[in-house]
Amino acid sequence: MTELHANLTSLAYLVAAVLFIMALRGLSSPETSRTGNICGMLGMLIAVVTTVFSPEVQSYEWIVAALVLGAVIGITIAKRIAMTAMPQLVAAFHSLVGMAAVLVAGAAFTNPGAFGLVGATGDIFVASRIEMGLGVVIGAITFSGSVIAFTKLQGLVSGAPVSFGGQHYLNALFGLVILALLVYFCIDQQPWIFWTMTALAFVIGVLIIIPIGGADMPVVVSMLNSYSGWAAAGIGFTLKNDALIVTGALVGSSGAILSYIMCKGMNRSFFNVILGGFGGDSSAG
Amino acid sequence: MEANFIQQLSIFVLAIFVGYYVVWSVTPALHTPLMAVTNAISSVIIVGALIAAGPESMSLSKALGFVAMTLAAINIFGGFTVTQRMLAMYKKKK
Repeated sequence: MTELHANLTSLAYLVAAVLFIMALRGLSSPETSRTGNICGMLGMLIAVVTTVFSPEVQSYEWIVAALVLGAVIGITIAKRIAMTAMPQLVAAFHSLVGMAAVLVAGAAFTNPGAFGLVGATGDIFVASRIEMGLGVVIGAITFSGSVIAFTKLQGLVSGAPVSFGGQHYLNALFGLVILALLVYFCIDQQPWIFWTMTALAFVIGVLIIIPIGGADMPVVVSMLNSYSGWAAAGIGFTLKNDALIVTGALVGSSGAILSYIMCKGMNRSFFNVILGGFGGDSSAG
Repeated sequence: MEANFIQQLSIFVLAIFVGYYVVWSVTPALHTPLMAVTNAISSVIIVGALIAAGPESMSLSKALGFVAMTLAAINIFGGFTVTQRMLAMYKKKK
């Protein structure tokens, strides 16, 4: 609203970002890990409270309802889950972040005025279209990829890699079509382009993860974690929100490094795991 | 607006470097807790959901924001709680 308010908001987001960095750093060693987790909680609290008091937020009933509902479900699951089921729980949680990113991008697309994304002509800014397009695509891949990772880890489907001839070509084709749609979306902001792009991204998320075997899943879960960060950053650029940009980048790069470290720990080639079916298994080729 | 974008791009790139350097020294035993906490932090997407759910009048956009907020909130509360549980276990074992 006022300049003072805007400055205070930026400062609060800065504090939240620093706390998130301390959280990641703290989790690197056992002595500091608990403090790290508390830093993470504080950072999140500050980010949420700051946003609630921003001028864009005018009604609170639904927000309180969503928070209470989320707290009850989240804490119940977290307390009841068996320690051995941890990897699939994290995978399931990732899928939620991915879906949330898709929904936020969808909300921004259906009501761009509320987010200040509309120019004088009544069209959504081209830059905003690119950003929300990237956010929704990465979010959708994170969602469906995490769901597949979850079903594999939970044993709902076989952990064996699923591969078929021409798989990599099919993936490449999907990627190219999504890219073409993204370019087209910048030219013409038709809803069907936006939603087709989203639907294809859901499909490619499945296709990317099915050729990866159950033993490599923890690495994949960490990789999906990284994706969810990039999705958040994409949405952050759309909404011009510094907290989202910084935290998304932080999660995106640290998640990628963590999956690399985990691969090395298991003596696996990072690229073989991520691209699945390439190299390693000659049966795939 | 252009200047603003460059500014945002700058903090984006700098944050990537911070994320890159901050996790290199992690102990293998803490891989899963670190993943869990990173996951919880990525639900900062709730900030976007809050803005979508914020307007006074009901709309598709607001409904999407509400659902997104609920999903992100599950992740926040669940993610931090589960990390705490894992870390508590780690301490007991020592």
